[in-house]
Amino acid sequence: MDAKKRDKLATVIIYILVGFVVLILAGILGNILITGIPHLSWHFLSSGASSYQAGGGVRDQLFNSIYLLVLTTIISLPIALGAAIYLAEYAKDNWITNLIRTTIQILSSLPSIVVGLFGYLLFVVQFGFGFSIISGALALTFFNLPILTSNIEEAIKGVPQDQREAGLALGLSNWKTIRGIVLPAALPGILTGIILSAGRIFGEAAALIYTAGQSGSTINYADWNPFSPTSPLNVMRPAETLAVHIWKVNTEGIIPDATIVSAATSALLVIVVIVFNLGARYLGNKLYRKLTAAK
Amino acid sequence: MTTIISAKDVHLSYGDYEALHGINLNFKEKELTALIGPSGCGKSTFLRCLNRMNDDIENIKIAGEIKFEGQDIYDPKTDLVNLRKEVGMVFQQPTPFPFSVYDNVAYGLKIAGVKDKALIDQRVEESLKQAAIWKETKNNLNRNAQAFSGGQQQRICIARALAVRPKVVLLDEPTSALDPISSSEIEETLIDLKHQYTFIMVTHNLQQAGRISDQTAFLMNGDLIEAGPTEEVFIAPKKQITSDYLNGRFG
Repeated sequence: MDAKKRDKLATVIIYILVGFVVLILAGILGNILITGIPHLSWHFLSSGASSYQAGGGVRDQLFNSIYLLVLTTIISLPIALGAAIYLAEYAKDNWITNLIRTTIQILSSLPSIVVGLFGYLLFVVQFGFGFSIISGALALTFFNLPILTSNIEEAIKGVPQDQREAGLALGLSNWKTIRGIVLPAALPGILTGIILSAGRIFGEAAALIYTAGQSGSTINYADWNPFSPTSPLNVMRPAETLAVHIWKVNTEGIIPDATIVSAATSALLVIVVIVFNLGARYLGNKLYRKLTAAK
Repeated sequence: MTTIISAKDVHLSYGDYEALHGINLNFKEKELTALIGPSGCGKSTFLRCLNRMNDDIENIKIAGEIKFEGQDIYDPKTDLVNLRKEVGMVFQQPTPFPFSVYDNVAYGLKIAGVKDKALIDQRVEESLKQAAIWKETKNNLNRNAQAFSGGQQQRICIARALAVRPKVVLLDEPTSALDPISSSEIEETLIDLKHQYTFIMVTHNLQQAGRISDQTAFLMNGDLIEAGPTEEVFIAPKKQITSDYLNGRFG
């Protein structure tokens, strides 16, 4: 075969493989959305889950999922950012740094069920937090930190070295160079990292079953005092999320419309993740423009 | 003319490898000095000693004495921020920050604590004019500096370096990443400015050194071979090796 033919063949194979990937993704997404969306209704979004009868909704699960995501991000982002800045900018290239990196890599491939059981033993039992949002958020933080840290580290390392030198040559301190130049330049990458990890958190079930629990408590949406027991914001209450709800409805649920509820919930989950992605991108662009342009 | 920077017996080594074997060189005020020599001769390394940009490299050892306006810059009491305000730098690759043109040029001033908006505005305009990029940017001051062409970016970087009114500007192959037209525009900018600032420029381009520099220093293998007024070095070099290099027999 001559080079031209080989080139053509390689191109065709690559196109076929890409088509295959797209087909699988489109198939899954399409299937979820097509089977789920017809069952999505305002009633479904605005009413509580039912235990025995058909016609229950996912209002609390939706709120719990979003609340857990926000809490987890608030807890894990500062830690991951700090660790990533250290690894990318300050850490010397020696065995300790390598050990830290290896640990992070191992942690990021830890099965989420293991994180869940660890969270159960540590937060639920040892710390006595019980099945609660805070236990769930802390477990998700453990689950999230390694990947978020390495994503942010990659984003920071992606900023060209001469940007740093230019900052130093202008008389900026190391920290001011990082804060004023490197972080704004890395922002789009950091944001992508946050979005990716947010999708993972939002869809996570195994790590939450043993930490945030599989049942909801009575929630009064008129009460926003985080310390009151029925408040949606109370972090000590148990909270079932959308993903856990899907799992539960399909394993031990006795509602007659389990297939419908899980199809609709799956579609909702996917839609929220998409909305979140687009929203974060929009906000990120705005933030980037604000950070990088004069008023 | 007075000497603004003087280097005395500057040695520099990375670990066991000595890259500079005792450089003695004086730079005169308000002149453009070109540092020339084959790749790896230590000219960039030497340039980066002059505003202590080598400090953060691991296992580096710098010995000897470099004085800026009579003060030893490697004295532990030296304020690095102040030194780099006086001795600015422009790099081989244009390095605009991912901000607007205005913010790029104003950055050094803001870092230095200048709050007066009118003064900053005026400095930004002046510096952009000096770097001959005002016409192309005056209506686009809020545009991201990285959206400009390479040559424009480099002139924005020159403006940024000039905005803090340094006495010396170090140029590390400032045109080698640019096309010939952008390069010649930068050369003209430097010729216009060299009566106001002291420039020290590393260049691989011998014609460029010949065209715009007042003094030329030829380095090879970490030694200073010969230094003097550019015309003398180019027309009547004292050393055979300088003449060989200038005539393209090696390097």
